[in-house]
Amino acid sequence: MSGQVKAGYARALDIRRGRVDLSHGGGGRAMVQLVRELFARHLGNTWLEQGNDGTVLPPISGRLVLTTDSHVVAPLFFPGGDIGSLAVHGTVNDLAVMGARPLWLTAGFILEEGFPLGDLDRIAASMARACAAAGVLLVAGDTKVVEHGKGDGVFITTTGVGEAHPHCTLSGSAARPGDVVLLSGTLGDHGMAIMSQRENLGFDTPIESDSAALHGLTAQLMACAGADIRLMRDPTRGGLAATMNEIADQSGVGVLLDEAAIPLRPEVAAACELLGLDPLNVANEGKLVLVCAEQAATALLATMRAHPLGRAAARIGGITTDANHFVQMRTQLGGCRMVDWLSGEQLPRIC
Amino acid sequence: MKYIDEYRNSALAQHIAAAIRNAASPARIYRFMEFCGGHTHAIARYGLPDLLPGNVHMIHGPGCPVCVLPIGRIDMAIELALRHHAIVCTYADTLRVPASDGRSLLRARAQGGDVRMVYAVDDALRIAREHPDRAVVFFAIGFETTTPPTAVAILQAAAENLHNFSVLCCHVLTPAAIAAILDAPAGEAPQGVPLDGFVGPAHVSTVIGSEPYAAFARAYRKPVVIAGFEPLDLMQAILMLVQQVNEGRAEVENEFMRAVTPSGNRKAQALMAQVFELRERFEWRGLGEIPHSALRIRDAYAAFDAERRFELGYRSVADNRACECGAILRGLKRPIDCKLFGTVCTPETPMGSCMVSSEGACAAHYTYGRHKDAQASAA
Repeated sequence: MSGQVKAGYARALDIRRGRVDLSHGGGGRAMVQLVRELFARHLGNTWLEQGNDGTVLPPISGRLVLTTDSHVVAPLFFPGGDIGSLAVHGTVNDLAVMGARPLWLTAGFILEEGFPLGDLDRIAASMARACAAAGVLLVAGDTKVVEHGKGDGVFITTTGVGEAHPHCTLSGSAARPGDVVLLSGTLGDHGMAIMSQRENLGFDTPIESDSAALHGLTAQLMACAGADIRLMRDPTRGGLAATMNEIADQSGVGVLLDEAAIPLRPEVAAACELLGLDPLNVANEGKLVLVCAEQAATALLATMRAHPLGRAAARIGGITTDANHFVQMRTQLGGCRMVDWLSGEQLPRIC
Repeated sequence: MKYIDEYRNSALAQHIAAAIRNAASPARIYRFMEFCGGHTHAIARYGLPDLLPGNVHMIHGPGCPVCVLPIGRIDMAIELALRHHAIVCTYADTLRVPASDGRSLLRARAQGGDVRMVYAVDDALRIAREHPDRAVVFFAIGFETTTPPTAVAILQAAAENLHNFSVLCCHVLTPAAIAAILDAPAGEAPQGVPLDGFVGPAHVSTVIGSEPYAAFARAYRKPVVIAGFEPLDLMQAILMLVQQVNEGRAEVENEFMRAVTPSGNRKAQALMAQVFELRERFEWRGLGEIPHSALRIRDAYAAFDAERRFELGYRSVADNRACECGAILRGLKRPIDCKLFGTVCTPETPMGSCMVSSEGACAAHYTYGRHKDAQASAA
């Protein structure tokens, strides 16, 4: 399309060499052109093309689940994904772990003046692929542009609507002593993939993000033993440690993890060692934690392992009675220690 | 992970734990100080106290360079960023350390100061080359482990005529700090500091060797075992200390023979001696002023000394009066003995030095060991 003169526009959007400028967020012709020639080209559908201030959606029979999430990541493109696919996966997963079937998304883009249109095009294409794979449609969007230096390239906020499973009673407050904790795969892949790029660490074995949509896996788990699943969570920011502390607080219980059972890729373990980071605190974008009744644990674990996104799934611990709501972990050496919330941002140690 | 997993072997750990239980006499209590924050962190992270008999106590020392950095020194770095508009390059874990008036380098950055996290001093040199029109200051902290790279950077800057680069030197020395702990004022420990021996820091000893500890092991009759940072290194070192105490010996032994020699790294020592000299006195957070315990940049390299270049004055700033860090760093009190611990003083709102870095005694106990306090109070 580049270089081709179209009706209504002085010149087609130069996606290969062009850059975002303030007019792309100004509400005028340039903004309409950006939306039509870049975003709609990848993400267009009958709902989005209604062109109204809001989208009128069909009624659904079940209960609605609504979630929203903002995505800021540097670098924007990383091994295993980019901010576009991440923005879709993050919101789809928030719906999926609520036991919901994801249906529709909205996306708000904050673009920085000077951002290459080619990169934005790649991001929109990636979002489109992620939406198609997750079976969701982007039904509304918004674009704003901030001055150069006042953003970090692209920020994306996605809001998702899903339909709750008819018998879904999942809740963060539902864990009970005696329940089992399952984890769908290796920890820390996303966070270390990002960090290895950001810090130019150049590992011999590149670490790929685990960014993926979990709705297929969660649907199978709900079908397997939905009534025995107390809750599901995707351990994103703050990692497994934050997720387990949230569950302990919400449910008023303790947690005892088994360090030896927690799956970890050797390259992620090595990178964490190098930087002095604890993989329990590192972010994941394609993993889920599930708490279930003991009698369903074996079947649910087998279901996880049969799914491509759960091959390395493991039973990693259990729910305990603890008035302090502590998360503890039996270490590989046989000792016991607490697994606490992260204090501030996880930062590498000096020596 | 080759060369790491071998030192985290559960069966071997249980074997050494059994040997410690057999060796430790039930008739006495053993109190060993692990000087280094890296050891404190490893002990807590791997739950090693659960593997030790009840009469072998590990006491956390002042060997975390972030913890012992006094408030006044952070104030100097903040002044460089905000008043002198320098690019201040720093290791990550100094960013959050509280300075005076509720400030920190992170907050200085939020106020517009150009404070950058670096992994190594090389990064600061690169930033200086990239910004010839800006003053770039490397906030150099740490024990003997991080000192040689700072010396090399100063020599490199001199060779390149990199005049916009300088160093705010806060490097401190391990043996002087251990001696200061053993020389605790009588008022604080009338019967002397209750320590039976030290686990010596391996990283420091790869530079200075094991010899510098020999004199005070003899003078104070305290055994020292230089140990690595893996859990089996620590367990083995504790066993060696128990054996020395039982046999009435007070020697320097080297558990970390795979990297530490008696004389250390002579080349690194020569570089340090070329660029740095002893300071008469230096304030340590939680321990007060300790003579001959830190380094300053020699006159020959004064052009790269941020203190002289920016005419920075040092102002001592006291910690909260209720803070017990000084006694905790000397092994006289435990974190739980401090009124501030876990109430007003937490990792999110650290008041004293021991809570500042994740490797500090209070932060390690808060993060990894609070369940023990709950169990103790329930019992």
